[in-house]
Amino acid sequence: MPILQETPSGLYCEAGDFFVDPWRPVRRAVVTHAHSDHARSGCESYLAARSGAAILQMRLGPHARISFVEYGQSLMIRAARVSLHPAGHMTGSAQVRIEVDGEVCVVSGDYKLQPDPTCTPFEPVRCHTFITESTFGLPLYRWEHPQVVMQEVNAWWLDNQRRGAASLLLGYTVGKAQRLLASVDASIGPIYAHGAVISACRAYRACGVALPEIRSVMDTPTKFDWSQALIVAPPSAMGTTWLRRFGDVSTAMASGWMRVRGIRRRRAVDRGFVLSDHVDWSDLMKAISETGAEHIWVTHGYTQQVVRTLQTRGFSARTVATQFKGEAAGEEAEVSDPAAVDDTNEP
Amino acid sequence: MQRFARLFAQLDQTNKTSEKIRALSEYFRDVDPASAAWALYFLSGHKLQRVVPSGLLRQWAIEVADIQQWLFDECYEAVGDLAETISLIVPRSEGRPVDGTLVQWVEQRLMPLRQLTVSEQRQRILTSWQTLDQVACLVFVKLLTGSFRVGVSQKLVVRGIANASGIDAEVLAHRLMGNWQPSAAFYQALVHPDAGDAMLSRPYPFFLANPLEGTPSDLGDVSLWQAEWKWDGIRAQLIRRGAQTFIWSRGEELMQDRFPELESLAQYLPDGTILDGEIIGRRDGIILPFAHMQRRIGSKQLTRKILQEVPVAYLVFDLLEWQGNDLRAEPLSTRRSQLEQVMAELSRTRAAIQPDHEKQWQLSEHDLSDTQDRAQGRAGGTSATMHFLLPDTLKAGSWEELIALRSRSRDEHAEGLMLKRLNSPYRVGRPRGDWWKWKIEPYTVDAVLIYAQRGHGKRASLYTDYTFGVWDGDVLVPFAKAYSGLTDQEIAQVDRFIRQHTLERFGPVRSVQPELVFELAFENIQLSSRHKSGIAVRFPRILRQREDKPISQADSLATIRAMLGAASS
Ligand SMILES: [Zn+2]
Ligand SMILES: [Zn+2]
Repeated sequence: MPILQETPSGLYCEAGDFFVDPWRPVRRAVVTHAHSDHARSGCESYLAARSGAAILQMRLGPHARISFVEYGQSLMIRAARVSLHPAGHMTGSAQVRIEVDGEVCVVSGDYKLQPDPTCTPFEPVRCHTFITESTFGLPLYRWEHPQVVMQEVNAWWLDNQRRGAASLLLGYTVGKAQRLLASVDASIGPIYAHGAVISACRAYRACGVALPEIRSVMDTPTKFDWSQALIVAPPSAMGTTWLRRFGDVSTAMASGWMRVRGIRRRRAVDRGFVLSDHVDWSDLMKAISETGAEHIWVTHGYTQQVVRTLQTRGFSARTVATQFKGEAAGEEAEVSDPAAVDDTNEP
Repeated sequence: MQRFARLFAQLDQTNKTSEKIRALSEYFRDVDPASAAWALYFLSGHKLQRVVPSGLLRQWAIEVADIQQWLFDECYEAVGDLAETISLIVPRSEGRPVDGTLVQWVEQRLMPLRQLTVSEQRQRILTSWQTLDQVACLVFVKLLTGSFRVGVSQKLVVRGIANASGIDAEVLAHRLMGNWQPSAAFYQALVHPDAGDAMLSRPYPFFLANPLEGTPSDLGDVSLWQAEWKWDGIRAQLIRRGAQTFIWSRGEELMQDRFPELESLAQYLPDGTILDGEIIGRRDGIILPFAHMQRRIGSKQLTRKILQEVPVAYLVFDLLEWQGNDLRAEPLSTRRSQLEQVMAELSRTRAAIQPDHEKQWQLSEHDLSDTQDRAQGRAGGTSATMHFLLPDTLKAGSWEELIALRSRSRDEHAEGLMLKRLNSPYRVGRPRGDWWKWKIEPYTVDAVLIYAQRGHGKRASLYTDYTFGVWDGDVLVPFAKAYSGLTDQEIAQVDRFIRQHTLERFGPVRSVQPELVFELAFENIQLSSRHKSGIAVRFPRILRQREDKPISQADSLATIRAMLGAASS
């Protein structure tokens, strides 16, 4: 009997009678992180990592009943020993380690190995079965060091200032936006943000994440000169009338998808910065081998390609269904198309 | 190379024309003249002969990336472009990318590859891949495979160079006409303040017409306009300078030795003459369908047979240079009356001297008079000789009369009318206002989407090239390919449909469940024995999706044939 089973509501642990990141309301949910495809409202009670408490509470609403635990703190839920470990994906993101009768299974949630000032670095956890995401599970996805990417962002902002154009930087509201804000060189000029980003920043600050001074676009007079400013906004702001106020504006988006020209062009932004909160191909392979796991379950992305690769490398590997858009229909275009994933639905 | 790659990235990333021009002018200001010449060469669509087959590059990329072929194919499927896929998967060596100027890369690394053995090629190319950064690697592979393309027009590149050099864009455009080899000397001459522009073979930039939208009466009084038939041929300038003849197509291709009929007559034109007109197939005084002309252009050798089957005529409509003077600033009415004198003079000279070696181009006297009858009586025109014709302008006292004339276009083997403002100069490019093409309504057919292929360039990750079928009994037979005419949003929708309704894949092509009906328009439809459907179409384009029509209501070969019958009778 495996520790986890696939059910219509998601991954279920019978020994502990709880679900991990369920997509339907259940009694007990262990939640890896606050993105909406992992944390859904309506469950009776939740368990999550303390370091992202305010962000998850914002996502699930003030009345959600959430128990928070420290990373590495272990507790017994019926016959299952459960602990959460840093996943490096966003503030409060966790891998879920479940041990039943000496058998260990780890659910990665979303994760990355690259440094990120807003969260605790990913920590490899030894296990027998590792359930991994595969959002960027093709060898063409390879990330530069984030420092290099942020230098490009800074240079772009400076160049826009010189030309008298505003700098609009698009990134997912929760997670990417704060990573950008915490990493950018705030001495270059004033930083503004879209209302949705500002609310998320409030939750981030409550979690103790240091962010520079961020002003609200809405509170700014109509005839304001935006040419020196950096404005951080969700991708959905692109193509809306909200952009008009900035006058001459250079648009950019930060996402792993920006590595492919065709996808970048479809977003119709002037610049694409390749910055992702997921593992690239080589980090994916590295993370998998460092768990020492023999069984790999692959979910959330290029599942078939990763499974086939792992099988040729001698692993026992299989796919696990997610409710991730499009995959159920076997629709590779949707999985590889960020246009199908709006910012409220960060993978 | 890194600098050129940065330019490529800048052009590729922004959608704003002003940004593109800024990036171009910065580039041309920064680099050495020889690299500038090569950049101009590639950006304006020229290619190197392919150095290494793309199959080999793919294989080497798979080897160095140490992945299996299926996984490479998956990456290609996600990216949609071979050069880009290679650049994304090959490993890079640590440290700063090694660089060199564009001219060094092209002349010292790319071009010498051709002389090497395959294993030497492999070794050098792999080293280059490792030392270039990702975008430069992409550009390098595109240059290697001769598939380099960026979304900029030559006009935009010229504006960038104009910004960088201070030389007027029109002057640059003229200096760029025709053949040139990329070199430092060439670029220096191009941007030289006075480069003695009298390069013998150079044509003038063509003046192109815009399609007329709306009604002609919006153009004001009909008496301000000259109307002509719009012929469906090869637009060409004929240059007579320094006792030599040069014929240039609109694509700025020098068409030497392709039209001996025209070249032998052109020697009777005085030096310093440039004509503009349309070359058409014309036999026994009758204009041949364009397909015949295509056959003649497509044939490798101009055999006696093809010369007899598809003789050509040059329908002249403008005079750009006379006695060595540039007439382009003169009003059309002045150029036209001068042209009439030139053509009359040509007729007289031609009649006086008839050397033997030309006999092969002559038809009988009877044919000649027949030609003139038709030319004057039907399409109307003065024949300078059989192969140089000056079609009359169309006389009309009102727009209504012109509308009536235009409705006879198909009978005249014309595509419609040209409207030219009588007091207009001969301009450069496609500015609006003075020249309009007023084509007759195209043929339309409702057809079913049956195959799809990925697009190129900008649309490489989308299925944008479609093959359409029409009914032959209860089978859908492919009969036309089209890719233009849909909005980005519609393309995305159809792309999604294609991915969800794929029946089979053959390489880049997918067969699609027949379900979507589109209305297609064609400039022309002809019977053809070379096509599976028995029908050849010209300039197919998509007008709209017919969501109201089930596939059973798409057109059939029989209805299309009937349409042809109606048109030719
Ligand atoms: Zn996710
Ligand atoms: Zn996530």
